[in-house]
Amino acid sequence: MREFSKYGGKFVPEPIISALDELEEEYENIKNTKDFKKELDQLLKEYAGRPTPLTYSKKLSDKFGCKIYLKREDLLHGGAHKLNNTIGQALLAKHMDKDKIIAETGAGQHGVATSMAGAKLGLETEIYMGHEDVQRQKMNVRRMELLGAKVNEVTSGEAKLKDAVNESLRTWVKQLEDTHYLIGSVVGPSPFPKIVRDFQSVIGKETKKQIQEKEGKLPDRIIACVGGGSNAIGIFKEFIEEKNIKLTGVEAAGSASISKGLEGVLHGSFSKILQTDEGQIKETESIAAGLDYPGVGPEHSLYDELNRINYTTANDKEALQAHKLLSKKEGIIPALESSHALAQLPKIQKEVTRDDIVIINLSGRGDKDVEEVQKHE
Amino acid sequence: MNELKKSFQDGAFIPYIVAGDPDYKKSLEIAKKIIDAGADALEIGIPFTDPAADGPTIQKAYARSLNNGFKVKQIYQYIKEIRKYSDIPIILLTYYNIVYNQGIENFYQKTEKIGVNGVIIADMPPEESKQVTKKIKDKKINQIFLVAPTTTEKRIKTISEKGSGFIYVVSRLGVTGKRKNFQETTKKLIKKVKSNTDLPVAVGFGITKPSHVKKARKAGADGVIVGSAIVDKIEKNKKNQQITQYIKKMKQKI
Ligand SMILES: Cc1ncc(COP(=O)(O)O)c(C=O)c1O
Repeated sequence: MREFSKYGGKFVPEPIISALDELEEEYENIKNTKDFKKELDQLLKEYAGRPTPLTYSKKLSDKFGCKIYLKREDLLHGGAHKLNNTIGQALLAKHMDKDKIIAETGAGQHGVATSMAGAKLGLETEIYMGHEDVQRQKMNVRRMELLGAKVNEVTSGEAKLKDAVNESLRTWVKQLEDTHYLIGSVVGPSPFPKIVRDFQSVIGKETKKQIQEKEGKLPDRIIACVGGGSNAIGIFKEFIEEKNIKLTGVEAAGSASISKGLEGVLHGSFSKILQTDEGQIKETESIAAGLDYPGVGPEHSLYDELNRINYTTANDKEALQAHKLLSKKEGIIPALESSHALAQLPKIQKEVTRDDIVIINLSGRGDKDVEEVQKHE
Repeated sequence: MNELKKSFQDGAFIPYIVAGDPDYKKSLEIAKKIIDAGADALEIGIPFTDPAADGPTIQKAYARSLNNGFKVKQIYQYIKEIRKYSDIPIILLTYYNIVYNQGIENFYQKTEKIGVNGVIIADMPPEESKQVTKKIKDKKINQIFLVAPTTTEKRIKTISEKGSGFIYVVSRLGVTGKRKNFQETTKKLIKKVKSNTDLPVAVGFGITKPSHVKKARKAGADGVIVGSAIVDKIEKNKKNQQITQYIKKMKQKI
């Protein structure tokens, strides 16, 4: 049995095993200590800006005929949910006496959040980013550099996110002793999916409290976008046992690992991946760089199999429409990734009633996407 | 006696190439030349799009092969053609997703039938090997595992029990690729592995020069695997004759 029934595992070359074992042991020892919890709480509150609000959206509610709330991870420092994980893992790295952190990034959001955590906690930071992404996300490259990180361009493979993960793994194995690999989503070999999920689960815990304060009850539905799946697991986890709450994960149509993938192994875990009939990894294409990844966290594959979470897709056009709608109606420019979750609203309009409470995880803000959106006008 | 094990009796020189690199036909010719030059066993990589254990040289070889149209299912034909030419022990190296996608049972059944002697799955440590070892229990094929500088003695013992054929010692922390020196730590590692297993021990990752072969043998290695240094010559489009000469020089030091 693996971590998530048959999903998960440690499909890595032998040299990395000892580092994963060390990480697992240290994490279990450190995570519940008073010191660690106190430091993490403090950082999340004073530095990252938690708790983030749960905003009622009157205009969307009127338009779609239900009560719509937005969990505002776009207001977290850095502009996305990513910092919950990077602050947590960087603090863990510090407690493990590592001097250095390395990370992959696609759109650059995780790279920026890692660079922030590295700067804040005094850890040397190196980021691996595909050449393609460096070209389309110049501003984020500059932000990382300002934050003191070194950005390495990756030219192998498709020169995108998956190749940046490969390069991070290759680099990590050369410097296991003093370096922590700060992976950006609930993917990768065990124990990463669990660690990232734990650090992101603060989203769901806050949401539960907030909705109870505002509505005196739990929501009927929660919707989140799924790339690797960290913001989605982050908000869903707290509600998994509440079987009558409908949980929906929205993948990008051009990189829908759960909806269109097959079981296999990519980046160290057994999960669903987009592959050819020969087992080669497929190229992906999404307007949202953060969703442009051919794999998905193993825990999602399990919830799909158990039918606990419903997975669906939104295409580029639907995401763009949702992006514009929220900008105009609510004065919030959502990340294109998060816009995939918003794009689910018109599709459930017929199924919901006035009193139904629907929460959307607004995983990030869309400033980074302004140019990309303009290209499609 | 196990054919693969036998090849280690007087020391084994094991070159590694990628099937289909630079294309199917040429890689078949190269394989034959390498056999003629005196290789004791041949390791053949089945290309995968995302080889996380490999450095740039072998990554590029995988990409060349795939870009020139190599299909995983061609591996069976490729091996058959080598088998027609020679009965040299053959070891396949690939990544888990390739084997899983072929169907574990199907893959081992077919490879055994065409005379493959061993399989290495670069991203399958013993803890993930249950499904594979179950399927090969009564097959002649050997499952070979890696030992790294970070592997504990206890793990070496487990690996020795789960694997067969030989143990592949990863000479350094890192990925595949050429390098200048043979480190002192590699010698210690070879000794550590030898004292914890009865299987032959082959060392690979970074073996480039004849002096490396000599040092590895002196430290107690039963075999030496050379990949990037050969693949690099294929990339640079060197004449097969140069590859042959290189292999002869390396083999002399076994
Ligand atoms: C704003 C935003 N949302 C979502 C994602 C997708 O990642 P995950 O599925 O891990 O939440 C990203 C990734 O870069 C992102 O930047």
